[in-house]
Amino acid sequence: MAPSLSELQQQLLGTFLEESYEGLDNLESGLLGLESSEDGSVAINDIFRAAHSLKGGAATFGFAGLTELAHEMETVLDDVRAGKRVVTPALSSLLLQGVDGLRALLADVRQGLPADATAFAALISQLRAVSKQPKHTDAPVTSKSTVAATRAAPGTWHIKLKAAASILSSGNEPLRLFRELGSLGQLQVSCDATDVPPLSTLEPETCYLSWAMTVSGNITRGQIEDVFAWVADECQLDISSSATTKESDPSAASAAPVRVESGARNAEEPLESIRVSVGKVDQLMNMVGELVITQSMLGELEDDGPIDRARLARIREGLSLLARNTRSLQDSVMRLRSIPVSIVFARFPRLVRDTSQSLNKKVDLRLTGQTTEVDKTVLEKLSDPLVHLVRNSLDHGVEGPQERLAAGKPESGTIELRAYHRGGDIVVEVEDDGRGLSRERILDKARRVGLVADDADLDDNAVYDLIFAPGFSTAESVTDLSGRGVGMDVVRKNIRTLGGDVSVTTKPGKGTKVCLRVPLTLAIIDGQLVRLGDYHYVVPLLSIVESIQVDPKFVMRVDGRIPAYRLRDEVVRMVDLAKVLAIPVAKNEASDRLMVVVESDGEKIGLLVDELLAQQQVVVKSLETNFDHVDGVSGATVLGDGGIAFILDIVVLGRLSRRRSALGLVAA
Amino acid sequence: MSLAAVAPSAVSHAASTLQILTFVVNGDEYGVDILSVQEIRGWAQPMPIPNAPPSVRGVINIRGEIVPIVDLRSILGLPERRPDETTVVVVLRDHNTPPRVLGTIVDAMADVMDITREAIKPLPTFETTGVTVGVVTLPEKMISLLNPNALLPPRKASV
Repeated sequence: MAPSLSELQQQLLGTFLEESYEGLDNLESGLLGLESSEDGSVAINDIFRAAHSLKGGAATFGFAGLTELAHEMETVLDDVRAGKRVVTPALSSLLLQGVDGLRALLADVRQGLPADATAFAALISQLRAVSKQPKHTDAPVTSKSTVAATRAAPGTWHIKLKAAASILSSGNEPLRLFRELGSLGQLQVSCDATDVPPLSTLEPETCYLSWAMTVSGNITRGQIEDVFAWVADECQLDISSSATTKESDPSAASAAPVRVESGARNAEEPLESIRVSVGKVDQLMNMVGELVITQSMLGELEDDGPIDRARLARIREGLSLLARNTRSLQDSVMRLRSIPVSIVFARFPRLVRDTSQSLNKKVDLRLTGQTTEVDKTVLEKLSDPLVHLVRNSLDHGVEGPQERLAAGKPESGTIELRAYHRGGDIVVEVEDDGRGLSRERILDKARRVGLVADDADLDDNAVYDLIFAPGFSTAESVTDLSGRGVGMDVVRKNIRTLGGDVSVTTKPGKGTKVCLRVPLTLAIIDGQLVRLGDYHYVVPLLSIVESIQVDPKFVMRVDGRIPAYRLRDEVVRMVDLAKVLAIPVAKNEASDRLMVVVESDGEKIGLLVDELLAQQQVVVKSLETNFDHVDGVSGATVLGDGGIAFILDIVVLGRLSRRRSALGLVAA
Repeated sequence: MSLAAVAPSAVSHAASTLQILTFVVNGDEYGVDILSVQEIRGWAQPMPIPNAPPSVRGVINIRGEIVPIVDLRSILGLPERRPDETTVVVVLRDHNTPPRVLGTIVDAMADVMDITREAIKPLPTFETTGVTVGVVTLPEKMISLLNPNALLPPRKASV
C-alpha cells in the first residue's frame, strides 16, 4: 500500500480488514457447509455476498491483487449461485485455496506490504479456467454478464421489499435500488404506506414503507439479487417470477436475513480485537459510575478535620463500598475478556476436511458447546493442544473406511469436540469413535524406548498415561501429521502451564476420549485460605462443597486403613493434606480438626486442615516461572503480609491421595 | 583447557577479568560471577514446596515474584546448619532463557573481588556434583566457582 493514508482512511482500512477477515471466515465455513449439505442454497448466498463485499472493499482501497482474486472467485460463485455450476470437491478445494490466498493478501495489507497477487497467478488462472468451462446448461458463454443475458428468458419478476425500520440510518437509499432495477428492464413500483404512523408520532429517520415491484425483461434472478446484495440483511425480500417456474428456490431469497454468526477466525491470525456485546460494556460503565460516586464520597472526607466517630464510620462505609465496586469492576472486566470457544473450534471443520481427505478417511466432525465462554488468553493457549489432539484422532484414532466396515462400524468416523463448564474450570473433550488405544502396543513401545522396565506391571491408567511421556509415539510411520512423538507431552505441558490437566480414557475398538481441564481464568480466583501447621494454603472456593468440624463418631476406616467420614448419608474419603503434601505438622489428631469437603473429579473428598481463615480473592502466580510444576499445586499467591500461600489443585490432590491409598500409605 | 570450554555459560566472556561475589559455606569459600547476582537478602523462612527435593527449601516472595530457595549445604552434601544472623540468601539469575531467579542459602558473605581469567583453573577430574565449574587460585586462598544453572534441580519431564 504505497500512498500514505489519512487518519480516516486508516480507520476505514481497519474496519475493512476486520470485516474482510470475518467475511473470509464465513466464506470458508460456508464452503465447507456446502460440501456437507445437500441444500446449499442458504449458504451460497452468504458465500457470494462475502466474496462480493470483499471485492468491493478491496477495490475501494485500490488493492488490485485482492480485487482480482476476489473477482475471479465471485465469478465462479455467481455461477454456482445461479445453479449453473455444481460444487464438486475439486472446485471446493480450489475455492478454499482462494480463501487462503485472500487471507494471505489481507495479511500483507495489514502489515502495510503491497498486496501482490502474482504469487497467486496460478490460482487466478485456474479459477478463470473454471469460469470459462462450459456449464451444465446448454449455452456456451465467455463472461459472467453475457451468461446472465443469454440464459435469462424474457419474463416478469415480482419483488416484494419490506425494509427494516433502521435501513435509512445505515445509509441505504431505496430509491437507488429502484434506479438500478430500472436499468435492468421495465420497472413498475408501487409503494405501501399503510404502516406510516400519524405525523405526531412519526420518526423521520425510520422507514415505514414497503414496496411491490414488477420488472420485466431478460433478467436473471441473480441480477436482481445483486441489486439487493447490500441491503439483503436489512430487509425482507421476496422475489418470484411469473414467467418461469424453473427458479423454484424460495429459500435463496428469504434466507438472506440468516447470518452466519460463527465469528470464525483462523487461530493463526492473532486476535487483536474482541467483539464485546453492548450489554457487557454498559455494565462496565455502570460499575465505573458507582466507583466515581464512591470516590467522591471518600473525597469529601479528605480535608484536615478531626477523625471523630462519625467520620470514621463514613470512611469505613466508603471503604467497604470501594471493595464492592472493585470486585464488581473486576468481574465485569473479566467478563469482557471472555470469548466463546467457537473462535477456536471454527478452525477444525477445515482441518478435519483437509486432513481426512489426505488420509483417505471419512470423518464427521461434531462440535458442541461452542458458546461456552472462557478467558481470551486461556483460549488462545488451548488452540494448539486441541489441534494436536484432533490430528491425533484423525491419524491414529479413526480407522480407514474398510477397516471400520470390517469392524462393524459405520464407514465414516466421528470426532466430537465438546466444551462445557465444570466448577471453575472449562473442560474441552476430544472424542473419537476410532480404534482406541492399544495397551499392548503402548507397553511394547514404552519397553523398547526404556520408559518402563520389562517386568513392570502397570494398571491400565498407568499404561495410558505413558502416551504423555516425552518422545513417545506408537505410530508405525511418521506422517506429516503426527507420529513424531512430540505431541502428547507438549499437550500436557501446555495444559499444565495453564494450571490444568489432561486425562485420557479409551475403550479398545470403541474410541478414545481426551479431556482437557483448564481454569476459566488465569489471573484471579476466589479462594478459601486455610492453615495447616505454620503454613497457609488456598482452596479454590468454587470446588468447596462445605466445611465441617470433624466429629470422631463419624470417622471410620474403609478396608481397615483408608480413613473415611460419614457425611450425612454419604461416605467421604478423608485426605490428610499434611501427608499428601509432605508438610511437617506437629498436631495430627484428626478429631479436633476441620474438614473442607471439596469436589474432585466428580468425587467428594474431605481435606483435613487446622483452621479456616479468610475467604479472599487471590492473584495467581506461576511456580513454573522460576521453579517447576508441582503436583497438587496449581500456583502460588502472595498474601497481604507478603508471605506465600500455595493454591491447591483439588483434582490432582484427589488423584495423588487415591494413589497413596492404593499404595497403603495412609496410616492416619 | 579454559573455563569457557568447561562450562560456557558459567561466566561472562567479555573481559579478561571478571568480578566475583564470594561467600562462605562450611568454612570454604565459594564464588559466583557478580553479573548473575540480583541481590542479597537476609534469611527468612521460605514456604516449603510439597514433595520437592531436600535441597529446595521452599519459595519466597521477592517483590511479587515467587522465587525458589535452595540450600547450598544440602546440594553439596554438607551437614545442616541452623540459620543465624550471618545467614544470607544470594539471589541469582541463571543462564536459561528466560532466566530463572533463585536464591541460595549461604553461611555468610565474604567479599567482592576482581580476578583474571588465568586465575581460574579447571577442575581436577574426579566426581563432582556439577555445581562447581572451576577453582580460582589466589596466593592466599582458593575459591570454588559455582554454576548458577546447576543449583536448581532440572525441570521435571512432563510426566
